[in-house]
Amino acid sequence: MSDITKQSLTELVENIKNKKLSSTDVTKAFIDRSEKSDELNAYITNDFTSAIDKAKKFDQKPNLDLKLPGIPMAVKDLFCTKNIKTTAGSKILNNFVPTYESTVTENIWNEGAILLGKLNCDEFAMGSSNETSFFGNVQNPIDKNLVPGGSSGGSASAVAGRLTPITIGTDTGGSIRQPASFTGIVGLKPTYGSCSRYGIVAFASSLDQAGPMAQNVKDCALLHEVISSYDPKDSTSINFKRNHFSKELTKNIKGKKIGIPKEYRVDGMPKEIEDLWQKGIRYIKDCGAETIDISLPNTSYALPTYYIVAPAEASSNLARYDGVKYGFRAKGENLIDMYEKTRSEGFGAEVQRRIMIGTYVLSSGYYDAYYLKAQKVRKLIKNDFDEVYKKVDAILTPSTPSAAFKIGEKTNDPVSMYLNDIFTVPVNLAGLPGISIPAGHDSNGYPLGLQIIGKAFDEQNILNIAYAMEEKINFKNKITDWWIK
Amino acid sequence: MSKKDSEYLINRKDNQYEVVIGLEVHAQVLSESKLFSTSATKFGAEPNTQVSLVDAAFPGMLPVINEFCVKQAIKTGIGLNAKINKRSVFDRKNYFYADLPQGYQISQFKDPIVGEGKVILDMPNGQKEIGIERLHLEQDAGKSIHDLDPQNTFVDLNRSGVALMEIVSKPDLRSPDEVNTYVKKLRSIMRYLGTCDGNMQEGSLRADVNVSVRPKGSKEFGTRCEIKNVNSIKFMQMAIEYEANRQVDLIEEGKTIDQETRLFDTKKNETRSMRSKEDAHDYRYFPDPDLLPLEVSEKFIEDLKNEIPELPDDKKKRFIEEFKLSPYEANILVSDIDTAKYFEEVVTKMGKNKDIKLAVNWITGELFAVLNSKGLEISQSPVSAKNFAILINLIKNGTISGKIAKTVFELMIDGDKDPQKIVEEKGLKQQSDPKALEALIDKIINDNREKAIEYKQGKEKLFGFFVGQAMKASGGKANPQLINEILKKKL
Repeated sequence: MSDITKQSLTELVENIKNKKLSSTDVTKAFIDRSEKSDELNAYITNDFTSAIDKAKKFDQKPNLDLKLPGIPMAVKDLFCTKNIKTTAGSKILNNFVPTYESTVTENIWNEGAILLGKLNCDEFAMGSSNETSFFGNVQNPIDKNLVPGGSSGGSASAVAGRLTPITIGTDTGGSIRQPASFTGIVGLKPTYGSCSRYGIVAFASSLDQAGPMAQNVKDCALLHEVISSYDPKDSTSINFKRNHFSKELTKNIKGKKIGIPKEYRVDGMPKEIEDLWQKGIRYIKDCGAETIDISLPNTSYALPTYYIVAPAEASSNLARYDGVKYGFRAKGENLIDMYEKTRSEGFGAEVQRRIMIGTYVLSSGYYDAYYLKAQKVRKLIKNDFDEVYKKVDAILTPSTPSAAFKIGEKTNDPVSMYLNDIFTVPVNLAGLPGISIPAGHDSNGYPLGLQIIGKAFDEQNILNIAYAMEEKINFKNKITDWWIK
Repeated sequence: MSKKDSEYLINRKDNQYEVVIGLEVHAQVLSESKLFSTSATKFGAEPNTQVSLVDAAFPGMLPVINEFCVKQAIKTGIGLNAKINKRSVFDRKNYFYADLPQGYQISQFKDPIVGEGKVILDMPNGQKEIGIERLHLEQDAGKSIHDLDPQNTFVDLNRSGVALMEIVSKPDLRSPDEVNTYVKKLRSIMRYLGTCDGNMQEGSLRADVNVSVRPKGSKEFGTRCEIKNVNSIKFMQMAIEYEANRQVDLIEEGKTIDQETRLFDTKKNETRSMRSKEDAHDYRYFPDPDLLPLEVSEKFIEDLKNEIPELPDDKKKRFIEEFKLSPYEANILVSDIDTAKYFEEVVTKMGKNKDIKLAVNWITGELFAVLNSKGLEISQSPVSAKNFAILINLIKNGTISGKIAKTVFELMIDGDKDPQKIVEEKGLKQQSDPKALEALIDKIINDNREKAIEYKQGKEKLFGFFVGQAMKASGGKANPQLINEILKKKL
C-alpha cells in the first residue's frame, strides 16, 4: 500500500473494513510520521506505545461494524482523557491526569478509534496562533515559522501534516475554523448544544463547542456523526434527532439560497480575500444554488461583545485553578499568597489578560455597562441571523480576514491578534454551526478558507454545501514535508 | 431594658430604642444527594468520602440540577404562602476560598425560585405576621478545619455542593423572642413538609442576623449590621441583645454605626467586626452559563401543592375545632410534627369513647416529663401511642384511678408494656364493687368514731381524712368517686 498517511479517513476506514490494511499498519504509519515530526511541536503528550498495543488488540478481534474501526487519532489537549495527562496547554495543569473521559472522546473510542496522543493548543484555548501554549509554538506544515492558527493549532497542524488522519478541536470564537483555514483543511464548529461539553476543560461555557477537523468534508461529516450526541451530564446539551451526516451527505444543493452578508466586507481586507469570496460565490452558482445579498447589521459589534462575554466566563471558569486541589501549586506564606503565586506563575500572559478583563467587566459598577450590555448585543446579533434565515438557507463568508502570519508577528499586539476572529465570533455568539473549507491560496501559496454558516441544528445542510463546493474548488494543499529530515 | 406592654425596647436616660431584625436562614434541603451532583449528603461521614468530581471542581466537570431539590424548595415556598417563580436563574457568586473548589458558589441572585410570602407567629400578646422576602437555592461550601495541625488547614468537601435554601425575611422582627418563635416556626413548617430536618446541632439550620436600632416611633431604618452564620436560636438571641445594645451605645455617644459584617463570639458573648462595607467582597454575580434558566410548569407546581400535608397553622385550627382544645394546648401539640403525629395516633387508638382532654394532659404532663428526663424525642418515645391510648382509656372507663395510672405508666416505660396486662398482673384494678367498699368504709367509720362525730358537727375538712383512709385501706385501688359517694351517704 502506498503512503498510508496520505489517505483520508474515509479511505482508511474502507481499507480496514476490506482488510487491505490492519489497524496496526495504519497506527504504525501515523506514529512513524508523528515521530519524524517533532519540529512541528504538534503533540504535548504522546501515547504511541499503548496505541500500538490497542491496534494489535483490535486486529486480533476486529469489530468492523464500528464507524472508526481501529483508526488512530490524536486529539486536542483540552479534552480530558482517562489516565492520560491533560494540560489545556497550561503550566497550571502540567501534572494533571484525569480519572475520567470527556463524552466526545468517549464517543470516539466507543466507535473503535485509538488515541495517539494529545495535541498542542493555545493555553486554555485562548489564542489565535497557538503561541500562548506553555508547551511552545506549533509550526504550520505549510511553511516554516508560520503559525497554524489557534487555538486548535496543534490539531490543525497534525491533520494538515498527516500526523493523524483526523482530529477534534474546540471552537469558542473560531478556534477550529481559523486554524483549519490557515492549514488548508476542513473544520466544523457545530451548533451549540450539539456536542457535549462534559470533560472538556472550559474556556467560555456559553460559547465552547467541540468539532471535527479533517482533510475533507466527508471525513468531517463522519467524525461529526460520531461525536455529536445528547448528554444528560451537560445541562446545555440539546436532545434532538441527529442525522447520519456522512450517509446523508449529498452534492445536490440545487435551489439552495446562500446569503452574502455585506458587513463582512471589512475595511483593510486584502484583495485576495475579496477575490476568494467572489470565487466562492461563483462556485455556489456553479453548483446550482443561488446567492442573495443580505445584511447582518450588528456584525461590527460581535468582536467587542465576544471580548467581554468570553473573558467574563473565563475569569470565573478558571477560578478553580487555585493550587488547592490539583495541578501546579507555588509555595506561599499563607492562602492568599499561595493563590497569587500559583496563578501568576501557573497562567501565561494572555490567560492573565483575559482573567483581568473578565474580572473587570463583571465588577460591580461595570457589570451593566459591559457584561449586561454585551448580553443584549449578543441577542441582537442572534436576531440578525434569525431574520436573514427567513430568506436564506446558509451564509457564505471568508473564514478569516487574512492568511496565516509568521510566528511572533502579532504577539505584541493583542488587538490585531483578536481581529483574526472577526468572521468567526458572530457564529459562536449566535450558537450556530459554521464550517471552514479550504478554497484557495494567497500570493505566498498559503491556504485561504471560506466559511459556510448554517441554521441551528442544520449541520447537514452546510456539510452538503461544503461537499458540493469542495468538488468545484478542487483544492490541493501545498505541503513539502519541509520539517522531515 | 424593659418589657413594658411586652414591647422589646432598649432604654437609655431619655430615649427608648426599637430593634429591627431581619433573618437570612440557611436551611439544608433534606435530600439524599447534592444540588448539582449525585454525591451523598449523610451527616458525620468520614471527611471527603462524599465528594464527586463535580463537587471538587475538576476540569471539565459540569453541574446538573437535582430535580428533587427543586421540588423541596417549591414545597417550602408553598409552606411559606409564597409566590413560586416559574422561571428562576442560577448565578455564580465568585470568591476564592480553600473550601470553595469552583472558586464560585452557584446561587440565585436576581431571579430566585420563590418570591414573597409570609409566616404567622403566635406571640403571647397575639398573632404577628412576618414577611418573607424570598427563598433561593444555593450550594453549600466545604469545611476548613484549622485546629487539627499547627501548620496546615485541612479541607473536608463532604458538604461542598449540598443544597441549601436561603430564606430571607423582611425586617419585620422586633425582639429576640420573636426571632425565637420565627425560627421555630420555620423549622416546624419545614419539618412538616419534610424539606429540612431542622437539626441545628448538625448545621442543617443556621442564620445570618441583620440588626439595626432606631428611636421608638421612628419610621426610618437605622444602619444595619449583619451577624454571620449563627447556629443556634440561643446564640441568635444573645447576639441580637448584645448587638442592639452596642448600636444604642454608639448612638448615645453621638457616634455613627458602620454598616458591616460581624461575627458572634459565643465564648465572650459579643459581636466583633469581620469586615466593613468598604472591604465587602465584590462577588461578580453573573448567570451560570453551565446551567439554563430553571423553568417549571404550572402543572409541576400544582402537583407539588397536592403533596403538601396539613401544616401547623391548619392543624392547630382543626385541633381547636375538632377536639375542643385551647389555642395554647393546640399550639403545644402542633409545633412539632412528631408530637402532632403521636397525639393524633393516640386519638385514633382510643376509639369511640375517648377523653381527649385527658390524653392531652397526659401527653403534655407525664409523657413530656419522661421524654425530658431521658433526653428523648417523641419519635423515640418508650411508650407507643397505642399503649398510651389504652392507658388513657383505662382511666376513662374507671378500670384504674389516675393515681394508679401513674404507677402503671412508670412500669410501661420499660419495654413499652401493655398497661392492661400490667393492671392484671399486678392486681391494680380499681375496686368498684359498692358492697365491698361499703364494708370497708363501715369499718373505717367504726375505727374513727370521734372523727366522724367531729365531721358531723361541721368539721368538713375531715372528709379528706376519711377518703385517705379508705384509699389506704384499699391499697390505692378503690374507685375514688364511689368512695366519695359512699362516705357522703354514711357520714
